[in-house]
Amino acid sequence: MEPAPGTGATPPALEVRGLRTQFPGRAGVVRAVDGVSFSIRRGEILGLVGESGSGKSVTGFSILGLVEPPGRITAGQVLLEGRPINGLSGSALRRIRGAEVAMVFQDPLMTLNPVLRIGTQMAAAVRAHDRVSRAAAWARAEEALAVVGIPSPRARLESYPHQLSGGMRQRVAIATALLHRPKAIIADEPTTALDVSIQGQILAEVRRLADATGTAFLWITHDLAVVSSLADALCVMYAGRVVERGPASAVIAAPRHPYTVALVGSVPSGHAPGARLPQLAAGLPPQGPGGAADAGCLFRTRCPRATPVCATPPPEAGFGAGHTALCHHPAGTTA
Amino acid sequence: MLGFLLGRLAQAALVMLVMSVLVFLGVYAIGNPIDVLIDPAATPDMRAALIRQYGLDLPLWRQYGHFIGNVLSGDFGNSFVFRIPVLSLILSRLPATLELAVTAMLIATLLGVPLGIWAGYRPEARSSKVIMAGSVLGFSVPTFWVGLLLILFFSVEFRLLPSGGRGPVGPLGLSIWSAQGWTYLILPALNLSLFKLGLLIRLVRAGTEEVMGSEHVRFARAQGLPEWQVVGLHVLKNIGIPIVTVFGLEFGSTLAFAVVTETVFNWPGMGKLIIESITALDRPVMVAYLILVVLLFVVINLVVELTYGFLDPRVRLKGGA
Amino acid sequence: MSGTALAEGWREYRRSPVAVAALLVVLAIVALALLAPWIAPQDPYDQAGLDLFDARLPPGEVGSGGYAHWLGTDNAGRDLFSAILYGLRLSLTISVSAGLVALALGTAIGLSAAYYGGWFGALAMRVVDLQLSLPAILLALVLVAMLGQGVLQLMAALVAAQYAYFARTAYGAASAERRKDYIEAALSTPLSGRRVLLRHLLPNTLPPLIVVVTVQIATAISLEATLSFLGLGLPITQPSLGLLISNGFQFLLSGRYWISVYPGITLMVTVLAINLVGDQLRQVLNPKRRR
Repeated sequence: MEPAPGTGATPPALEVRGLRTQFPGRAGVVRAVDGVSFSIRRGEILGLVGESGSGKSVTGFSILGLVEPPGRITAGQVLLEGRPINGLSGSALRRIRGAEVAMVFQDPLMTLNPVLRIGTQMAAAVRAHDRVSRAAAWARAEEALAVVGIPSPRARLESYPHQLSGGMRQRVAIATALLHRPKAIIADEPTTALDVSIQGQILAEVRRLADATGTAFLWITHDLAVVSSLADALCVMYAGRVVERGPASAVIAAPRHPYTVALVGSVPSGHAPGARLPQLAAGLPPQGPGGAADAGCLFRTRCPRATPVCATPPPEAGFGAGHTALCHHPAGTTA
Repeated sequence: MLGFLLGRLAQAALVMLVMSVLVFLGVYAIGNPIDVLIDPAATPDMRAALIRQYGLDLPLWRQYGHFIGNVLSGDFGNSFVFRIPVLSLILSRLPATLELAVTAMLIATLLGVPLGIWAGYRPEARSSKVIMAGSVLGFSVPTFWVGLLLILFFSVEFRLLPSGGRGPVGPLGLSIWSAQGWTYLILPALNLSLFKLGLLIRLVRAGTEEVMGSEHVRFARAQGLPEWQVVGLHVLKNIGIPIVTVFGLEFGSTLAFAVVTETVFNWPGMGKLIIESITALDRPVMVAYLILVVLLFVVINLVVELTYGFLDPRVRLKGGA
Repeated sequence: MSGTALAEGWREYRRSPVAVAALLVVLAIVALALLAPWIAPQDPYDQAGLDLFDARLPPGEVGSGGYAHWLGTDNAGRDLFSAILYGLRLSLTISVSAGLVALALGTAIGLSAAYYGGWFGALAMRVVDLQLSLPAILLALVLVAMLGQGVLQLMAALVAAQYAYFARTAYGAASAERRKDYIEAALSTPLSGRRVLLRHLLPNTLPPLIVVVTVQIATAISLEATLSFLGLGLPITQPSLGLLISNGFQFLLSGRYWISVYPGITLMVTVLAINLVGDQLRQVLNPKRRR
């Protein structure tokens, strides 16, 4: 576990404790997020990694209370600089969204409204929190575009989303998130839709912004290669639970949970050219009758190291420097 | 842009030409107006004189040639019944019909857009279900029957509003200048609006539901936009396109459906005139009415397509749009 | 459609109690219309059997026939209950047959336009689109004016006003299907083109067509009633629902509401019930909803 809050002089920028979000499904309740905890300091980038369906995106939406009904948050706390923000009234939460915690989504072609000018959309975001004139809002938007390195920002404000390239659109989305100098930005697969060279530029930009502005980033992705160079710390999610966490370098260099081992192993860069990439066995997490939570390790149905003991709650094994894994048989140890 | 416009205009002209032939042939194939117009006791000489006067003895294609030449110079001939130029007869009825149709469209829009947005914004709410049930009622129950019910309630039972006719006519041939004029206008306009209202509610609801579920609304919410702004900015702008399209096109059909409402409420507009003309086999009036309505449709279609480009920046104005 | 698909569809349909009620109402109305000669106390088309002394009797009054007119009588002395049953029979006969003819004609045009394509398909769909942009009431008006009055003329007008909807629907569904690989595959086998058309394209266009035919029958009933109301429909000796309403209209203002209102309610309930059934069918048959 991370150190308890209050131990340091300043509370972390964003902290999530025991978050649980569930959706009613056909066969009972589905716990998309099941007791997730993490914290991010000012200027820190936390990578939240997992395959699709692991609950990483729902975690992001849950932080701002944006889970679509019938999904709902049933347990846990979200703390912004030590102040609980979940359970706030709709309007109080609205004042936090965009102003103190902002979001960036995967595909800006979907998130930017195609029939509205970039400037109109960004000005609306400005005026959602600050009572300024339309002209002042456009000026703020122009500045924000300049900050993320968009050339001739004035002209871009007059454009419609389809007139911009994919990388340009994602910069617009990041600029929009930066408008109110938020304490934290939740970025949900923000570079997945971009090609690799653009991706690299954006990642460098984000690193610079985090260092310069002190904004905390929650970087949600399925792509371990992306976060390995970007993030300070990593949380690996599987089936709604964080199975391994720690400093990014430590997790990448010596993954402990068999799932993380498989993830790291599937990144092409670490292998000899021509070698076959190891593949993870297919399978579904076990589920109790009526969707009841399974207390054991949920990865055991696909795990090469699984033994009968894995049906019992896995212990938290520590490997120093905050690197932990929830596993009966972590890698690098004898079972 | 210019090429697009010219192409569209040429296409519109072609449609008009084809329709004029069809309408002319169709209408002139009806019965024999001589039997209707001329006293059976008339002498053969009188008959022959009248036939010549109306040009009914010429072959059809020559009649059409005459007709199209006259139409282009704005001359649709004289009404067999009223014995005055058809164009001025129809145009004298036009303000009444336009006033009715525009008021009906306004009622439908002012009620339909908010109701539809609400039903799409809160699809599971009981109020939304009531709205949707009402919209099915609105476009499935025949217009004339709703008109009868309106008369039964507002005129016969509660004696609040007149059951038919039109109030005093003021400038521009409109009756909207006096309160009395409105007492006559409101029931027929409401009657004519209900079908469009039902249609519009469903259209707006579907659009709203789609937009509300979209990623850009989620993004807008994540930026902390207040709900009224999410709806006002994103929903209104996005549903504007289909609404303008369908509504532009529906304006023509509102004029056509005015036929029914005008008959029920004894409203002295073009619709009532066409029904009377069909019954009396007043061919010049029928032809002119149909040609004018088709012309109106073609013009409306053109305007709607051009409006598209204004509302949706993604639409490139190409010939095949 | 196989038996299990039908059962699955029915399960889906049953989810809406309103739609189930509407279906029952439609079935009841069809039964009433079919059984009219056996249920109705009077034959309203038999001019000799009408007695002008019985004209405009209010509901519940006993007429010269010695039985109570539960819904009153009209201005010709017809028992309204009987007149409504016969009117319903007539309206349904005309609308359903017109709907089916329009379905057959429209589907044939739409399918062949999609299958053959080329200038034929383009021209056919151009005509259909042009017609769709004109309101059905206007087309029906012109046709009735051209063809004169009578059952066949009325049906012709309804078919002409409606076939375009089926053509458009069939064309849309079939041309989407036409582009799929399995049709290409079927065409590359020695199967005849007609066989591909009937065995592959037609079945895939059926679900949307079923919805359209339901809605169009309701529209046809409405349209027929409207034309009759305007005095352009059936002759007065064979009153359909629209004509009954029209006949009663002149007495509405003097408070003899029943002559118009009961046929009107019948018309409204019929059209509404069919539309509700159509609405639910649209949900059930929507491919996006199928899992």
